[in-house]
Amino acid sequence: MNKTIRKVAGGAGLLAVSLALPMAAVAQAVPVTSAEVTGSTPTKMNVSNANVFNRLLKKETDPNPDPWEDGYHDPENEATHALQPPKVAYEGWPRTPFGNHVDWVKALNDGLINPRYDRVDPTVEPLVMDLDIVRPVRASVPDVVFPHKPHTEWLHCSNCHPKIFIPQKGANQINMSAILLGKKCGVCHGKVSFPVTTKSCKLCHSKPKPEDWEPPVSEASLKNPWR
Amino acid sequence: MKDVTTRLTAYWKAAALALVASVFWGVSPQPAHAEYGDVIINNYSDAAGMRPAVFPHWYHRIRFRCNVCHADLGFKFKAGGNKITMAKIIDGKFCGACHNGEIAWSVENCGLCHSGKPGTPTHIHGSTVQRLVAPTYKPVQQGTN
Ligand code: HEC
Ligand code: HEC
Ligand code: HEC
Ligand code: HEC
Ligand code: HEC
Ligand code: HEC
Repeated sequence: MNKTIRKVAGGAGLLAVSLALPMAAVAQAVPVTSAEVTGSTPTKMNVSNANVFNRLLKKETDPNPDPWEDGYHDPENEATHALQPPKVAYEGWPRTPFGNHVDWVKALNDGLINPRYDRVDPTVEPLVMDLDIVRPVRASVPDVVFPHKPHTEWLHCSNCHPKIFIPQKGANQINMSAILLGKKCGVCHGKVSFPVTTKSCKLCHSKPKPEDWEPPVSEASLKNPWR
Repeated sequence: MKDVTTRLTAYWKAAALALVASVFWGVSPQPAHAEYGDVIINNYSDAAGMRPAVFPHWYHRIRFRCNVCHADLGFKFKAGGNKITMAKIIDGKFCGACHNGEIAWSVENCGLCHSGKPGTPTHIHGSTVQRLVAPTYKPVQQGTN
């Protein structure tokens, strides 16, 4: 994403500016009218607040603000200013456009961090298991591949088995609704691990369908009396 | 039954959030998004006249893997779900397993943990449920409409 635009759009609150709009329109705090956008002579506009360009879209502001500016740390607490800003810790890490905006898997694999697997002993190695579980999806999106490797590099088997997942291929019913509500994969994804958003779908949905795959057609469509 | 309640709760949460969002983010220049995964814990703090505790999740996972806290130390995967108190902490449980002056700085640094804005409810920051514009979909049972 274009960095400057994100920065300027940050803090603008409800400001209805789409990324495609020219930068000049960004400074004001009222919805932008089409006249201002195209640069033509502004005629009097009476666009009501109900018809702002983005009614529901909230623009991502600075994803890694300093603690004293993040809205829930109290800047009046002096110790807040002694906390480490995330930007300082993430310096030089591979970035992603969601979550903490850093790639934890790559940061670990590239040796940029070396988190302990034991509270006191830094030499204990994790119990890593390389086993992919493919979950065919009835929809057109690529099938889901659950990779044990990046999970067991961080987690113990008992973090997932048997409370969240029965350790048997296909034994668990999973769908997106459950995940979005914080169950199954959503216990972690959408809380502390990369979240579900347009740009992250393919991290889980990573096994493309065969070339000739067609989505099943609904019965209501096959039997449609009005066609 | 439990399913219905959770769905309802989720719906009201989303509705309340949408309301808060339209009032709060609509008029103030504060960021609508901040560090993903920070946990604000306020089961008891406000009531005792302390600022809520803020647990920087990102900061800790740079130093420890998940299993250390969520398997070995027994932290449940639930913001506020561990009923942490100072009595447990000074007995070496939860935060006190490390914040004891040996593995990490010691408990007398109250302000480093109790750094939240008073009145902030317990939650994990920036979660997907929290950020949905509308409640998620309800799956259709096969054979019904
Ligand atoms: C597994 C050990 C461990 C546990 C459990 C733990 N911490 Fe920490 N924490 C650390 C270490 C190590 C540091 C870094 C200490 C240092 O810089 O000397 C730290 C640092 C911090 C910081 C300062 C971050 C900064 O910006 O410098 C805060 C705040 C904090 N912990 C809060 C908590 C709270 C609240 C809990 C309990 C809910 C908790 N910690 C539980 C190990 C732990
Ligand atoms: C992040 C969660 C998670 C962790 C951690 C995890 N697993 Fe799994 N495991 C899964 C999921 C999801 C499945 C697939 C279940 C399904 O398809 O319904 C699975 C499946 C399995 C299966 C069944 C394989 C088959 O072919 O039937 C075994 C065995 C298994 N895991 C063992 C382990 C072991 C051993 C560890 C620790 C080294 C571990 N798992 C760690 C989530 C996890
Ligand atoms: C954390 C991993 C994960 C992410 C991220 C993810 N999905 Fe899924 N998705 C799954 C799993 C697991 C299933 C269930 C597959 C099965 O049937 O076993 C699923 C199922 C689906 C289905 C089938 C219908 C249903 O609800 O079961 C669709 C469609 C879908 N996902 C779309 C998406 C889209 C669009 C995105 C991005 C916005 C996305 N998914 C992101 C894991 C994920
Ligand atoms: C107990 C927590 C937990 C659960 C449950 C969980 N994950 Fe993960 N997952 C993680 C962590 C931690 C990572 C490391 C990356 C991160 O934190 O963003 C990860 C990484 C991944 C990756 C690797 C992404 C990459 O960049 O290579 C995929 C794919 C993934 N998860 C899919 C799933 C799917 C699908 C499910 C459900 C079947 C699931 N996860 C359930 C914790 C979890
Ligand atoms: C390592 C982090 C940490 C430090 C340091 C810390 N606390 Fe706490 N404290 C917590 C957490 C977490 C809770 C639970 C918060 C909640 O649920 O409201 C808590 C709860 C409390 C509570 C309310 C519950 C109870 O136990 O009665 C009080 C009062 C409190 N702390 C005071 C203090 C004081 C005073 C200090 C300094 C001497 C201090 N804390 C230092 C993490 C910490
Ligand atoms: C230093 C300790 C520590 C480490 C390491 C740690 N966590 Fe946590 N985690 C916590 C604490 C403390 C909470 C908040 C619990 C509470 O409020 O009682 C929490 C909360 C959570 C939650 C609950 C969110 C919700 O639904 O409310 C999830 C999920 C989670 N952690 C996953 C992970 C994963 C995945 C990892 C590894 C990438 C990890 N944690 C590493 C201490 C830790």
